[in-house]
This record gives sequence, C-alpha cells and structure tokens, in this order.
Amino acid sequence: MATPVSSPARPGGAPSAPAAPPARRGGGRWSSRAGALPYLLLAPALLFELLVHVIPMLTGVAISFLKLNQFYLRHWLDAPFAGLGNYSLSLDFHSEIGVDLLRSVAITIAYSVVVVSFSWLFGIFGATLLQRSMRGRAALRTIFLIPYALPVFTSVIVWKFMLNQDNGLVNHVLAQTGLGSGKHFWLLGDSAFFSMALVGVWRLWPFALLTLMAGMQSIPTDLYEAAEVDGANRWQQFRKLTVPMLRPVNQVLVLVLFLWTFNDFNVPYTLFAGSTPASADLISVHIKQSSFITWNFGLGSAMSVLLLLFLLVVTVGYLAVTSRRTRDA
Amino acid sequence: MHESRSYRVVRAAGLSFLFLFTVLPLYVMLSTSLKPLADVQDDFHWLPSTITLRPFVDIWSTVPLARYFANSVIVAGCASALSVTIAVFAAYAISRYTFRGREIFRMAVLSTQMFPGILFLLPLFLIYVNIGQATGIKLNGNLSGLIITYLTFSLPFSIWMLVGYFNSIPRELDEAALVDGASPVRALLSIIVPAAKPGIVAVGIYSFMTSWSESLFASVLTDEHSKTLAVGLAEYSTQNAVYWNQIMAASLVVSLPVVLGFLLMQRYLVQGLTAGAVK
Repeated sequence: MATPVSSPARPGGAPSAPAAPPARRGGGRWSSRAGALPYLLLAPALLFELLVHVIPMLTGVAISFLKLNQFYLRHWLDAPFAGLGNYSLSLDFHSEIGVDLLRSVAITIAYSVVVVSFSWLFGIFGATLLQRSMRGRAALRTIFLIPYALPVFTSVIVWKFMLNQDNGLVNHVLAQTGLGSGKHFWLLGDSAFFSMALVGVWRLWPFALLTLMAGMQSIPTDLYEAAEVDGANRWQQFRKLTVPMLRPVNQVLVLVLFLWTFNDFNVPYTLFAGSTPASADLISVHIKQSSFITWNFGLGSAMSVLLLLFLLVVTVGYLAVTSRRTRDA
Repeated sequence: MHESRSYRVVRAAGLSFLFLFTVLPLYVMLSTSLKPLADVQDDFHWLPSTITLRPFVDIWSTVPLARYFANSVIVAGCASALSVTIAVFAAYAISRYTFRGREIFRMAVLSTQMFPGILFLLPLFLIYVNIGQATGIKLNGNLSGLIITYLTFSLPFSIWMLVGYFNSIPRELDEAALVDGASPVRALLSIIVPAAKPGIVAVGIYSFMTSWSESLFASVLTDEHSKTLAVGLAEYSTQNAVYWNQIMAASLVVSLPVVLGFLLMQRYLVQGLTAGAVK
C-alpha cells in the first residue's frame, strides 16, 4: 500500500539536513539566525524533559544513597547518608526484603516472557492470515485494534468482571461446558498470575499485529510469486521468506514489548485494586508498595536504580546478540 | 493467487479465534451496561433480561464520575495541547536545522521511553512537594503537576513522528517563504503546520490517549478532588463491586471518546506507531 508520507523512521533530517547550510553561508536570514534558533525551538521540550525525566532520575540515584523515611520527607536533603546501605538491604537474599525483591523480579520476568511470547504469536499468526487481501480485511484489522485503543483501566475492569468468581463469564462458561467447577477464584492465589497475563496479552497483541502487518507490507510480493513458482508451499514461504525478512522488525518489536510489559503497572493496579496477590507482584507494584506503604523512599529508589541497571544490561545484551545474529544471517 | 481449500479453513478458524478473543470482552462491556441490576447479582447471563438505559443515568450519582471525567478531560486536554505545541517546535528544529547536539537530543528523548516510570515517580513526587514548599506553586494533589508530567510522556513519540512528517514536506516550500522575508517561526506556522495537519492531529490524539489511560502517577499525584478516571474508576469497582452494570456503563462512556479518536486517525497513527520498528 502506498503511503502519502515518507517513513518517520528515517534518522532525523538525514536526507535533507546536510543540503542546506553550505549554499546559504552567504548571510541569508536563515543562516544568520540558525545559530541560536534551533536551541530556542528545542528549549521547551528540553526544559520539560529535564524537569520530569532527567532531574528526577538523578535525584532518584542520589536518594538511593540516603536513609530517607517519613521523618525526613518534608526536608529530604537533611536525610542521613546511608552509603550502599539501601543496596545491600535490597540485595540481601537472606532477609525478607531481598527475598521478596528477588521473587518479584522472577514473577516479572515470567510475566514478560508469557505476555511477549503470546502477543507475538497471536500477532504473527493474525498478520500472516491477513497478509493477502481478502473480503473484510480492513474491518477485521480495525476490530483487532480496539483493545489497544481502549484505555488500559477499562479493559482491565471488563476482564475483572469476566474473571469474577460468582458472576463472571469465565466461570459460567466453564461450568456450562463441564470443563471446570465454575467456582474457581481466578483473581486470587496462583491463578492471579495467569489472569493478569491473559489481560496483558489481550491488550498488547494488537500492537504486535500492527507492527508485523506493516513489516509484511514492505516485503515485495514478487518474492512470494517467485517462491510459489518454485513450488514452495505456504508454510515454506512463511519459514524461508516471511520470517527472515521480518528479522529487523522483530528485533525492535520484541524489545519494545518486553520493556512495556516489564514496567507494567496499570494491569495489576486495576485488576487487583491495591491488594495484589503474591503471585502477581510485578516489580513496579512491588517497588511502589515498599516505598509508599512504609514511606521508605531510600530503599525504593535503590530498588528502582537496580531495576534500571537490570533493564540496561538486558537491552544492551539483547541488541548485541540479535544484531550479530542478523549480520551473520 | 492460488488458495487451497485447507488454507482457507485454517485462515477462517484462526481469524475466528482471534475475533472471538478480541470481541468477547467488548460484548460483555456493552451487554452488561444495558442490564438491570438484578441480572448482574447472580450467575452470568449472556443477554439482558430487559434492556435498560438506567445504568447510564445512575453512574453519575453513584460516584462523582462527572468530576473524575472533568479532571481527565482537563488533564489530557492540556497535556496533549502543550505536548503537541512543544513537539511541533522541537520537530521543526530537528527536521530543518543541523546543529551541535542534534543526534544526542534525539537519542536522549527516545531513550527516556525505556526507563521504568517507577524510577522517577518517587523523586518527582518529592521534587513537586519541594517546589510547593519553596515557591508556593502546588504541583502535587492537583491537576497541574499531572499535566506537566503527562505532557513529557508523549513528547518523545510526538517529536519522533512529527520529524517524519516535516521531513516529507519539501524544503522548497518553507525556503520560499523565508526568501520572501518571513521569519522561520512564521514559515513553520503558515507553511509546515498546515501541511502536516493530519500528523499533528494524530499525535495530539495519541498524546490524549496516553494521559487518559495513565494510573501510576495519577495514583500518587492526585487527591480526592483531583482524581482522574484511571484512579477514580478503579475505586468505583471496589467500593461498589455489585453494581457491575454501572461499572460497565461507566467504562463504555469513558472509552468511547478515545477509541473513536484512535480509529478515526488510525491510518496516521499506525504509520507512526510502527515506524520505530519498520524501516
């Protein structure tokens, strides 16, 4: 499908930027003003990014070295220095705090793996089935997009109702079909993890579908025609053509899905409304609870910094491994 | 192209599965919102015993939904308007000028996306409290802090997407305006902005959706009077857990504006959303 606008993925103004300055070095209005103007145009964006992202992040790192609890909340600059105390507390796997943090990380990894895998599988399945034009294709795509467009909290609330023990759809269907007792508590105990993952997949797979459909559109159709002439069946075309061609798309898609799920807060927050079962204790919820319930911001910040370091290592490692594999392929 | 019978069967089955998976919760939301209270108090029913619009009337009095709604409209409206305005200027600078630090700025803005929200939630809360103490400008417990916070959430995506749009507008257009004596800002507002209107609207809707849905920061930065829907509805469903018909009606009402906006601008948004991955 032809698109009216060129891809925004092209790095910055790479195609256009280098062309301008040399020709105008003579003293036109543009070049004389260009000195400060771009910075002025960027200033508001820079200011807000500094206020909301950069400064708080640096402050967070600083706080993680402080013994900051409710007594120092109003004048936190006076909080006593704790050195690496908060870090050793977070990572002391013989204490309850360390064990709980470790368990929360394990749960979050499991949640991410389940949600990313199923979202990707549903996405690639749907995108492959919709790859060639058929009746109702555009309508189906629009319907599939709705869960992604819905505000997170409303989709979670609907699932909460469906998973409800005494009057939910899930137990009703299980009882009617004889597959279950119809009395199961889906939002308690270990079941809570699977319920949360189900909601996560429902919400996120449309994004995978969207990205993969766009990726498939950029594969030239004559490649498929050639493969068909060579006698390749649909599965072989998928394996030998679609999957390798989508490799760069998948590299970014999987990473983005992973980061979103790993940092997810909205789904457990609305699904369990404050009383998150142990099996669904995602890292964002865990850190927020351990900071705001006990007002121990020093400890919470240390955990957040550890989380960031973890994500950085995973991201860099992932990009290194997948990029090398892409080059070798 | 040839399509075998077995492939058609697989395709029909697969698409039906995905369709049912997608639509089931949507059907539950709609059908439950039309049920009388008695229908949602015992076992689940597929159809309402009688169709009633009562829940859509009651939702406004059971909880202060109108206030939550107004708060969300103000927060999401202001945040997206500011975010888009700021993004237009930033994207213009990146698209039309070469300057020192340009690439660093682009990368920095994008990389803020990967940072866990929880990392700057605690310090941001403290900073807002401190700014309030030092200057008297209250940023927590009301809407202004939330607006400032949310506008930065969508800023990276907005800039990223608008740079793409601006790059696709021929430079000759705004250069001609400059030669005619217009200032660069005037060229931006009178040439670039009108030409990129669909992109700007799409970015605005995306920004609105982001703010409309967020609950982590809202749960910390708001109080009883400044609660947004994302926080207010969550409580609604715990305090009044029996009024499922009203909860579904309220969910439907707060979802419709953003879903319609998204679907209307679908074509432009899809392009921007997938651009990060698809070269």
